[in-house]
Amino acid sequence: MATAFSPTKLTATVPLHGSQENRLLLPIRLAPPSSFLGSTRSLSIISSPRLIHANAARRSPVVGVQEVVKEKKATNSLLITKEEGLELYEDMILGRSFEDMCAQMYYRGKMFGFVHLYNGQEAVSTGFIKLLTKTDSVVSTYRDHVHALSKGVSARAVMSELFGKVTGCCRGQGGSMHMFSKEHNMLGGFAFIGEGIPVATGAAFTSKYKREVLKQNCQDVTVAFFGDGTCNNGQFYECLNMAALYKLPIIFVVENNLWAIGMSHLRATSDPEIWKKGPAFGMPGVHVDGMDVLKVREVAKEAVTRARRGDGPTLVECETYRFRGHSLADPDELRDAAEKAKYAARDPITALKKYLIENKLANEADLKSIEKKIDELVEEAVEFADASPQPGRSQLLENVFADPKGFGIGPDGRYRCEDPKFTEGTAQV
Amino acid sequence: MSAIIHGAGAATALSTFNPVDSKKLAAPCRTNLPARSKRYIVAGSDASKSFGSGLRASHSQKLIANAVATKTDTSATTGTGHELLLFEALQEGLEEEMDRDPHVCVMGEDVGHYGGSYKVTKGLADKFGDLRVLDTPICENAFTGMGIGAAMTGLRPVIEGMNMGFLLLAFNQISNNCGMLHYTSGGQFTIPVVIRGPGGVGRQLGAEHSQRLESYFQSIPGIQMVACSTPYNAKGLMKAAIRSENPVILFEHVLLYNLKEKIPDEEYICNLEEAEMVRPGEHITILTYSRMRYHVMQAAKTLVNKGYDPEVIDIRSLKPFDLYTIGNSVKKTHRVLIVEECMRTGGIGASLTAAINENFHDYLDAPVMCLSSQDVPTPYAGTLEEWTVVQPAQIVTAVEQLCQ
Repeated sequence: MATAFSPTKLTATVPLHGSQENRLLLPIRLAPPSSFLGSTRSLSIISSPRLIHANAARRSPVVGVQEVVKEKKATNSLLITKEEGLELYEDMILGRSFEDMCAQMYYRGKMFGFVHLYNGQEAVSTGFIKLLTKTDSVVSTYRDHVHALSKGVSARAVMSELFGKVTGCCRGQGGSMHMFSKEHNMLGGFAFIGEGIPVATGAAFTSKYKREVLKQNCQDVTVAFFGDGTCNNGQFYECLNMAALYKLPIIFVVENNLWAIGMSHLRATSDPEIWKKGPAFGMPGVHVDGMDVLKVREVAKEAVTRARRGDGPTLVECETYRFRGHSLADPDELRDAAEKAKYAARDPITALKKYLIENKLANEADLKSIEKKIDELVEEAVEFADASPQPGRSQLLENVFADPKGFGIGPDGRYRCEDPKFTEGTAQV
Repeated sequence: MSAIIHGAGAATALSTFNPVDSKKLAAPCRTNLPARSKRYIVAGSDASKSFGSGLRASHSQKLIANAVATKTDTSATTGTGHELLLFEALQEGLEEEMDRDPHVCVMGEDVGHYGGSYKVTKGLADKFGDLRVLDTPICENAFTGMGIGAAMTGLRPVIEGMNMGFLLLAFNQISNNCGMLHYTSGGQFTIPVVIRGPGGVGRQLGAEHSQRLESYFQSIPGIQMVACSTPYNAKGLMKAAIRSENPVILFEHVLLYNLKEKIPDEEYICNLEEAEMVRPGEHITILTYSRMRYHVMQAAKTLVNKGYDPEVIDIRSLKPFDLYTIGNSVKKTHRVLIVEECMRTGGIGASLTAAINENFHDYLDAPVMCLSSQDVPTPYAGTLEEWTVVQPAQIVTAVEQLCQ
C-alpha cells in the first residue's frame, strides 16, 4: 500500500518569501522538465520561473519550500513559552477528547448522519488558529469540529449542534458539517469539498476592501482549511489564482492526510506535491510536518504575518494523518496497518507533551490537570446538550430568508410571514 | 414604435420609441362599466401606430406607477422625468446604490474597464475604482463564491454573470451557499448578494447562450428571483434587490436592453415580491414576464381588435409568486393563460400552473393553459429559433381557444 511520501534531504533550504535571508536574491534556476513528471521520490527545490509579466508589482521571486529549517539561534532558545505551550496543549487535548466523545455519542445514538473526526490532525488546527485574533476568519470543511473549537466556539455549542438541539451554534439547523459562528468568525463548515475556499477568498476580499475602499484599519486574515482531495478540484485553483492576483490576505492550508475516503492521494494526483502548486500561481508554497504543532506554528506565523503585511496569500501543505476513518461510517479497512502505526507514533499530543516536559516548560501534574479540566468540560458539554430542548415546529421556516418577506404575498394580500400560522410552521408555503 | 392612448384628463408624455410604457395604466374602475367596454390599451412593441377601432377612453383614469402598491406616478403628473434605455436604467440604479452605500460593489467578467458586455456597468470603474468594480478572471464558481464570502463578512456585492447561462458553472455556490447558508448557519450570516445578468433567447445566439436559468434555480430555497422588463422596473428592481437582505437573482433579457422609456427623476424602488398590472381586463388573465410581455402585448392589440379584453400581468417576481395580484385577477376573469419563455418541462410556467390550480381551483372556468418554449436546445437557424419561442399568433389562438 502506498506510504506517505516523506521529504528526502534537501539540497538547499530556501526560507519563506519575506525573510531577510539573502538566499532569495540568488538567481532563480528553472527546474529541468523531467522533475515535474509525477515523481514522488526525487525532491529538489523547485523555484517558479520568474514571472515575466507586464504587471511590475509582482516582480519578486516566488519560491516553494520543501522543508522549513530554522537556523538555531545562539542561545538555543525555545520556540514557545510556558503559557503558550500549555495553551497549545490544552487546545489539542480539547480537540482529541471532544472527538473521542463524539464517537461515543454517535454509537450511542445521540447524533446521526455523517460525522467526520479530526483525531490525529490537531496540530494543524491548533498550530494555525491559536495565532489568530477573534476578528480573523476561519473556513473549514466537513471535518470542522476542532476548527470551531480552536477558534473559540464553546464545546457546549458544538456538542448541542451535533445533537441537533436549539442551543447548538447553528440552532440545530446545520449539523456536524456546518459549524458556523458569527461571533468567532467561523465561516463554516461546508459539506462539498472545495466550496468553502471561494467563501474564504471572499472574506479575505472584504478585508482588503475595508482597508482600501472603506479606509478602515483592517488587518484581518482568513485561513482556509481543506484536504488533499480538494486539491484536485477546480475551485481550489480558481481561488489560488484570484488570491494571488488580488493579493488577498488569505492562507490556504492543505491538511494532506493522504486519503480522500478510500482514495489514496497518490492514486488521484498527477503531481502529489501540493506545495508546488503555490508558486505556479505566484504565491509561496510551503510543506511542513503537520504532526508537529511547533513546526506548524512557525510556518503559520510567517504566513499570517505575510498576509497581514499585505503581501498576499500563502499555500501551506501540512503532512498529517487521521487516526480514524473518513467518517464514523467508514470501516477504514483500506489503509495499511503499518502506515497507521507509523503515524500513531507521531501523535502530535504525545510529541508536544514530550517537548514540554523535556524542556521543563511544564510537568506531568500541570498536564494532568489540563486533561482533567478538559474531560470535565467535555462531559459538561454532553450534559448540557442532552438537557437542551429540540427545535420546535415554529423553527422550521425561520432563517430561510433573512428578510421573511421573501416568502411572498399570499392570496389574501398579506405577506405570508405576517400570517400567525407561519411562525407555528403550520402555514402552507 | 408605439403610441399610447390615455384618458382625457391625464397628461403624459407620449413615448415615440419602442417600449411599452408600463406606467401608463388604466385604473380599474369596474363598477360603472358594461362588461365589454373598450378600454385603454398599452400598445405592444411593434412599429404599428394603429389603434383598434372603437377604442376610446371611457373617462379620465388615474395613472398607476407600479403594480399593486398603487403609488401615483408623480413624474407623469408633474411632467418631469428623463428618458433612457433599459441598460442605462440598470446602470443608474446601480450607481445610485453604490453612491448611497460604500459597501455595494460589483464583480464579474469585464464589468470594469470594458464597462460590461451589455454596458450596464459603463463608467462605474472610472468612478468607483478597480476594487469596487472588480474585473474577475473567468471563474464563475469561484467569483460567485467570493461574492458570497464577501457578503457574509459585510459587503453587498452585485455579481454579474456575463450571460446567465454561465452561471450554471456557479450552481454549486448559488445553491449551497447563496441559498442555504443563512439557514444552515442558524441565521447567523446573511448573504445580501444580487446575482444578475442577461438570459433568455436572443437573436440566433445558439443553444448555450440562449438559456433560461430561472427554471433551474427556482427550487433553491432561500433565494428570490425577479425578472425586469421595462426601464422603470429594471431600475426599481435593481435598487430593491441591492437593498434587500436576501440573496436576489435579477434576470435581465438580452433583447430588452435597448428599450427606451421615461422614468421619474426622483428616487423610487419597485417591490420585489409584487407583480405588475400591465393591462387590466375582464375576459382572461395572461401571466407573463420579461420578453414575453411584449409578445403578449402585441397579441393583445390583435385580441382587442377581435373584441377580447385580456388582463395582462407581468409577474415580475418569479420566486415567490405574487398570489394576491394573480389571485384577484383569476377571481375576476376565471381564465388563465401563462406565456413564458422557459421550456415546457419544469419551467416557471409549470410551477405557476401548479400554484394557481392549488390555490384558485374553484375560480377557474377552464384549465390553466401554459404556452412555453419548446423543449429543444435553441437552434441557431432563424426560422427554427422563431418556432422555439412563443409568438403572438400562438397567444391569440390560445386566448380564442380558452374563451370559447
